[in-house]
Amino acid sequence: QGKFTLLRDTRTDGSFLVHHFLSFYLRAGCKVCFVALLQSFSHYNIVAQKLGVSLTAAKERGQLVFLEGLKSCLDLLFTDEEEQPGQPHPLQFMSESPSNLKALFDFVRTSLTPSGCGSWQGPVLLLDDLSVLLSLGAAPVAVLDFIHYCRVVVCSQLKGNIVVLVHSNKDSEDEENELLVNSLCHHSDLILWVEGLATGFCKDVHGQIKIIRRVSLELTAVQDRVQIYQYKIQDRNVTFFAPGLSAAVL
Amino acid sequence: LVFTEEDKYSLYSNLLFKYFLAEGVVCGHDLFVASAKEHPDNILKELPAPLLDDNYRNKLGEETTAKSEDFQDSMKIAWRYQNLPKMEASPTTSTKFGHYYDLSKKMSPELLQSIKWHSFYLPEKLSSEPKMKTSNMNSAYTRLLQSIQQIIHQEGFDGSDPQKKQRNILRIGIQNLGSLLWGDDICSSDSPEDSHSLTKFLYVLRGLLRKSLSACIITVPAHLIQNKAIMERVTNLSDTVVGLESFIGSERETNPLYKDYHGLVHVHQIPRLNSLICDVSDTKDLAFRLKRKLFTIERLHLPPDLSDTVSRTSKQDLAESAKLLSSGCGAMAIGKKHLDF
Repeated sequence: QGKFTLLRDTRTDGSFLVHHFLSFYLRAGCKVCFVALLQSFSHYNIVAQKLGVSLTAAKERGQLVFLEGLKSCLDLLFTDEEEQPGQPHPLQFMSESPSNLKALFDFVRTSLTPSGCGSWQGPVLLLDDLSVLLSLGAAPVAVLDFIHYCRVVVCSQLKGNIVVLVHSNKDSEDEENELLVNSLCHHSDLILWVEGLATGFCKDVHGQIKIIRRVSLELTAVQDRVQIYQYKIQDRNVTFFAPGLSAAVL
Repeated sequence: LVFTEEDKYSLYSNLLFKYFLAEGVVCGHDLFVASAKEHPDNILKELPAPLLDDNYRNKLGEETTAKSEDFQDSMKIAWRYQNLPKMEASPTTSTKFGHYYDLSKKMSPELLQSIKWHSFYLPEKLSSEPKMKTSNMNSAYTRLLQSIQQIIHQEGFDGSDPQKKQRNILRIGIQNLGSLLWGDDICSSDSPEDSHSLTKFLYVLRGLLRKSLSACIITVPAHLIQNKAIMERVTNLSDTVVGLESFIGSERETNPLYKDYHGLVHVHQIPRLNSLICDVSDTKDLAFRLKRKLFTIERLHLPPDLSDTVSRTSKQDLAESAKLLSSGCGAMAIGKKHLDF
């Protein structure tokens, strides 16, 4: 409860973790607010169905609040109607400068605050992915502020969890992104770091995942626990194994 | 959204661009061509003519009907290898995907007239005012987005017209995006004034593509963009990213390794849509060559290393390239030192 998990990928695509967490929390009966900035709803829906969860059904019973970034930016930019007063568009920061993510935060807060009807297990905020906010014109400080406010509301007040995906690269030239990622790493309780293999492309092992449990944050002078596994992604499943023990090798 | 990094003189990327449009014409799709450099009418006049053989035509007939039954509101990815002959030394299946084109002949005007096409030529459009909210994006991009959105909406590609029974696909081609001609200074300065215009444009474009039955190819002069962070963000925002590196004017032109080829193809990213995994091919080293009539992409083959008197510099080159390649040839000397026995 009240944990901040950071999903980080380098040189590969870590979105399979997002799909996993989405179906995991939905199956556990949590109320999920999914801010999906990178792909369309049908993409997530189709993958979730392969993993055994229906997103449309979850949306209908109010368990899932889905913000589809791609669709809602079109509504923001192409409709001529007046905005309803008191209901700013969550992606409003795209059209104003200096950009400020307050509207997005309000959206998250209203969707996760328990409204009385339907009792779900703890609230969960899922974000895919944070690096896109930088591409859309938000300053890194604004993004960090947004995450901070979300943590206060979701983790501390509502005792929920937050899972965020970011992209990073050791020799990346995108300084704003690296700043964001480093700062988030320091504040996370759990970091799942997905990397492509250093030795290059392989058909049987798609990459390695480093699980870092930030025990050091609990001020008990214990170092972070790090575990490394390699994985292979299949159509409906991801298999994990110890490094070097892939099925292709044994 | 297919994103192509242009080669230095953009000869080959223009070829790919034309292939994409020509395929659209032959399949009966609608086209939208946008350019700031060359008038779209001229681009369209220079599309290569299709090679229609009776054998091909029968098999292709099956495939085009299959495509038109795809009514989902999901984007159709333009997979770049569809026009080209199969790679050598690979287990070839007998499916024919796409058409072949003859580069020495131009497409006939009657074939062009059989489809509907729309064009966007930036110098013509600069006089009109954009209607959509500008959202502090570059005004040329704003106009282009507005134009695309209008076409999609008017022609019913987004399912807005329920009476239209025959749904078609819109192929969008945007040439040379990000260059100075579009009013964007990312190619000329290291810290551009508005570094977010291109990425915002791509994001909104992707939203439009996801919402309608369309596919898009964009060519960008990546070698001119000074700020590499933008390229990383752009790669993140696209579905497919292909880079073309031509050998013209570089030292590789005279390298014996590459004598059969005109350039390399780097596939930086392939789409991972609607599933956990993506379809990764076996080989990652592809090179292209331009014969008189055909543009082919093949697996990079190293010529066998037969002679003993090859000079040291080229041996080092070969060794380094062998390290980079995942499918090495047995006859190569791996490692930087050449062992003399």
